[in-house]
Amino acid sequence: MSAHSAAARVGSGRGSRWTLRALGLGFLALLLVAPLVMIFFKTFEDGLMPPLEAITSENGLKALKLSLLMVAIAVPVNTVFGVVCAILLVRHKWKGNALIDAVINLPFALSPVVIGLALYLLYSTNGGWFGPTLSKAGIEVLFSVPGMVLASIFVSLPFVVRETVPVLQEIGTEQEQAASTLGANAWQTFWRVTLPAIRWGVAYGVVLTTARVLGEFGAVTIVSGSISGKTETLPLFVSKQFDGFNEPGAYGASIVLALLALTTLLAMNLLKRKEDA
Amino acid sequence: MEANPAALPPSAASPRAGIRLPGVGVGIGRGYVVMYLSLMVLIPLAALVDKSLSSGLGNFWEQVSSPQAVRSLELTMICSLIVVAINAFFGTIIAWILVRDEFPGKAAVNAIIDLPFALPTIVASLTLLALYGNESPFGIDIAFTRAAVVVALLFVTLPFVVRAVQPLLIEMDREMEEAAASLGAGGFTVFRRIIFPNLIPGLAAGVALAFARALGEFGSVLIFAGGLPDTQVSSVFIRAQVESGNEPGAAAVSMVLLLASLLCLAAISLIQGWGSRHERSTGGTLVMPMAGEMPADSEGEEGDDERA
Repeated sequence: MSAHSAAARVGSGRGSRWTLRALGLGFLALLLVAPLVMIFFKTFEDGLMPPLEAITSENGLKALKLSLLMVAIAVPVNTVFGVVCAILLVRHKWKGNALIDAVINLPFALSPVVIGLALYLLYSTNGGWFGPTLSKAGIEVLFSVPGMVLASIFVSLPFVVRETVPVLQEIGTEQEQAASTLGANAWQTFWRVTLPAIRWGVAYGVVLTTARVLGEFGAVTIVSGSISGKTETLPLFVSKQFDGFNEPGAYGASIVLALLALTTLLAMNLLKRKEDA
Repeated sequence: MEANPAALPPSAASPRAGIRLPGVGVGIGRGYVVMYLSLMVLIPLAALVDKSLSSGLGNFWEQVSSPQAVRSLELTMICSLIVVAINAFFGTIIAWILVRDEFPGKAAVNAIIDLPFALPTIVASLTLLALYGNESPFGIDIAFTRAAVVVALLFVTLPFVVRAVQPLLIEMDREMEEAAASLGAGGFTVFRRIIFPNLIPGLAAGVALAFARALGEFGSVLIFAGGLPDTQVSSVFIRAQVESGNEPGAAAVSMVLLLASLLCLAAISLIQGWGSRHERSTGGTLVMPMAGEMPADSEGEEGDDERA
């Protein structure tokens, strides 16, 4: 970057530089930093015990387990899909690619509540397209784990594709061609050449997917019914504790989610650096 | 920064070269992708469309035009517009100081921009209530007002504009600015005449994304602004309808939000197409997850060439 070689720089006047800094950083302090500090402050206001008790309560632990189960299912499923879909979009011309691309962006733009409602209407045992049939077969989707998994998959579907596509475009095809010229078959080329080259992009997508699944609230709240100890993930637990006037409980679960969010930010930064290197 | 994907000649990724889907045929891969998207995304949305229209257009209209539905849609629309305007302003300033300014702790500031992407919305709502509710340490109590809706939406949409403008600023050619300055243009004139026009594609895409996100936001608004008649945004309204058993009402308002989302996506796609035609720098390298690179840039959408 030639930032310092520029003879004249906009905003380099002392007054305007400090004004911009004050405006930008002040906005960030009030909107991002203060809330983050506040979570920690409120959680430990009355000592370590109340939040600890809340999160180690039976329902708190069950919520934590269910959140982890969502991650364990939705993340691998969307990762495999994401990599396959990215390869198809980048390396295989097809008329349908533009459409696939458009559909993949939908979950970004849709309200989670609308997503939840769509699943709710589809799997409703009362007049949904799939609900009655599945119910007869003994599979309950709504107000149980399968519905929540579907909601988690829907909301977090685009991340791996979106992070992998640009990396695939960037690496080009020379090394892959070299590998196949040397006699590697498609699988060998994929595992030994392509995957190592795109791994940080995929990993970045996986981190974003995980964060989204852990934090998802709107879609899951509609399909789960939020039954304590049964269909309650951590964000639903936070909401329910708050509604039940158990603030320490709400903050206890929030602090777990906030720490996971900070870990996510850290991972995002490390991966971005690896990707750029 | 040297390897800008958008700058690769299209021939570098010629369709016949490079990896074929390993093991499985392309056909099977495509079948899998199409099935997956249908089952996970398209069929549920089709069910939503079906349900909202199943009792006739008249009934749909009745649900959408009910006073509470209209009120929630108006509130959502107005708050989202206010929010993207504020974030366009501050987002550009923040992107500016992150690219052109040097100060201690800049890397940390750059990292924390993505906090709203990582922090669960319900946690954001809880902590905003603690900060700007009746126990506010700053003495600012805006809980359960429309101002709370705006603040919650400001929080969740903050990264979009910053992350869309940042790569454009990084890649911007400084020579034009220097030329303008050497010809006597003042700082503000250079910004208005040289820099700002170059930022418009990123700014517009960031604003459209932020707007789409704001229209559908639920969790962050829920605890902080609540579901009072005055502060009920559309997504909160939809959930209230589901809970009270009014599925047609919920589906009808959802249809409006769905259409609004589609319009936002179409707008973003147009903006990016326009941006990459005029200046092939929109597919920058620093683009963040949901920000600039969302719609396919030209290379990603190879199907288009064949169709045209």
